[in-house]
Amino acid sequence: MKVTALVQGGRQARSPAADMEEPWQQERRARGAWAAGVAALLAIAIAFPWVFTNPTTTSIGVFTLIYMAAATAWNSFAGYSGYIPLGHAVFFGSGAYTLVIAAQDLHIRGGYTVFALVPLAGAVAVAVAVPFGLVALRTRRHTFVVITIAIFFIFQLMAFNLGITQGSSGIPAPTPTWPAATFNDRFYYVALAILVVAAAFSWGIRRSRFGLQLLAIRDDEDRALSLGVRVSRVKLTAFALSALPVGMVGAVWAYFIGQVYPQFAFDPLFDISVALMAFLGGLGTVSGPLLGALILEPLQQYFTLQFSSNALYLVVYGALFLVVILLLPRGIIPTVRDRVASWRERRSGSTALASGPDAAGGVLSSEMAGGGVAGAAGGGAVSPPGPSGPAVRRG
Amino acid sequence: MGGAVAKAVVDGVLTGGVYALMAAGLTLIFGVMDIINIAQGILVVLGAYLSYVLSQDLGIGLFLGLLITIPSLFVIGVAVEWAFMRRLQERERTALSILVTYGVAIVIEGILELIFGPNYVQLRAWYVNQSFHVLGFYLPYIYVFGFALAVFLLGVLYLILYRSRFGRSVRASLQDRAAARLVGVNVERVSTITFGIGIAVTAAGGMVFGATNAFNANSGYDLISRLLTIVILGGLGSIGGALGAAVFMTVIEGLVAVLWSPVWATLVFYAALVLVLVIKPVGIFGQRAARAQ
Repeated sequence: MKVTALVQGGRQARSPAADMEEPWQQERRARGAWAAGVAALLAIAIAFPWVFTNPTTTSIGVFTLIYMAAATAWNSFAGYSGYIPLGHAVFFGSGAYTLVIAAQDLHIRGGYTVFALVPLAGAVAVAVAVPFGLVALRTRRHTFVVITIAIFFIFQLMAFNLGITQGSSGIPAPTPTWPAATFNDRFYYVALAILVVAAAFSWGIRRSRFGLQLLAIRDDEDRALSLGVRVSRVKLTAFALSALPVGMVGAVWAYFIGQVYPQFAFDPLFDISVALMAFLGGLGTVSGPLLGALILEPLQQYFTLQFSSNALYLVVYGALFLVVILLLPRGIIPTVRDRVASWRERRSGSTALASGPDAAGGVLSSEMAGGGVAGAAGGGAVSPPGPSGPAVRRG
Repeated sequence: MGGAVAKAVVDGVLTGGVYALMAAGLTLIFGVMDIINIAQGILVVLGAYLSYVLSQDLGIGLFLGLLITIPSLFVIGVAVEWAFMRRLQERERTALSILVTYGVAIVIEGILELIFGPNYVQLRAWYVNQSFHVLGFYLPYIYVFGFALAVFLLGVLYLILYRSRFGRSVRASLQDRAAARLVGVNVERVSTITFGIGIAVTAAGGMVFGATNAFNANSGYDLISRLLTIVILGGLGSIGGALGAAVFMTVIEGLVAVLWSPVWATLVFYAALVLVLVIKPVGIFGQRAARAQ
């Protein structure tokens, strides 16, 4: 409150244009519009299976939600910390196997009880992520990427060869006895719930002191360390947290698919798909991975349904991948946001003299609202996504 | 038992030489360009398929065919570098190079599967089928021939790198890109040619791999994870390290297969990487792996 008053006072002293909206009012309005937008999207997502009752469509919906949650979770570590892990399929597969093995051991036949195992799957994924992270996060950059790939292959090999996973014959999931017409809807809503949690996590991390510490690591890890960020702990926590939703959607996927095979539970294409989705939408943004998955996963499902050939799909997917990375290296969301920002700037250019001090006040107050920028952020251009805040810089 | 152990060691050293050749290409590309080429594995498979087509359909011998496949892969390497690598922005190079080469790998894998289908094939020749008796076990000739080829090509690589003017500019770029540019090295051209050379070696590696293993389009994943393990253990950018690590790893893998079980031998391969990095994050043979940002 005091801060707002101070900013207000300073603004008034410099520019007495009283008919302009106060910066905090602008921000509140923008935040209201933003909340309304999120609520509308959520309503659309909830209504989707009622409008499109075709099982093929809702099945695509389930897969899309699973990947949206996974890409968001992946990004909440990779996008903010700058580390690029290509081993999140480990958590996906661990979650999937947890569900089918637990259901088998506990003699759960089917129905809703199986979904009670989903949090357990998430917990197992986190339990796997901690030693994984302890090893992998000792290294940086290229070595880190390669280590995550190697650990991924260790898990795939174990799934093929350990007794508990029953090798390449796979383990059947419990069979639900729901009517075919609305069969997919249960999976859809459970996946949606996980997605909401994952997105809330991602958003919360982005706005928090913890998130700023991650961004500081991304900009310059050594400097962050010297500024007092507990680098190892922050990285490991973010890594383990990112495994939670991935393990949970892995479990939902296993129940939905009906049979878990090592090569599909621990799929190298999963690693690369999740990364591509985040890159396409915008690495390090909250909405980017959601958008990326929303574009790519239906496309992938469509291809699988339309052309039975896996090979053709690989060619198209790889080519698309290359085009995205070469033409839109920063992703859709940051590119569009920059365009909009520069357009706004150009439009308000004629009244720049009057609004100059206002703009300064706006940035100041929005930084205050973010809290804790001083100290944690280091030299990076870090600012919470205000109404016209600067686009996030990637390091 | 003694014979089996001796066989494991000899096998390991001989296959290690071939892996060393493929890994040398990978680590050379990294050293000069700061790029990890995830497509190296599938390019080995591509080399194997090229040899397959030449020997099967045109009746050209495997070793003679290398005169065609090595230049072909060199051209492919130069094309990939020209089309993708040089377009990467300096800032995002690390992450983007891995993703881009992964994309290239996926495209090549898809094309190979479209053409050749999912069935496993293996290269055929008399020296693949016939063996000779040594140290109490039988060894197919191809292991020795492949090792000789690898040693020969590594020798050529050595001569290029250490006895030629071009090699001197490669090594200068390897040490410091900016400084090399300052003293007049055309780093872009060096990068392109290095990328081509790094990929050309996969033609030879692929021929030997295809003669000693059954392969299909999916074999690239297994190969690249092995090659990455080798170059990380050897220290990224160090060719000597890659040679040592390749032989070390294949011998260990062979020994585990004999003394314990073949099922877990591959796992030991990766587990060794994890173990080594827990103890020494820069790799066994390397000092440069964790290069400053």
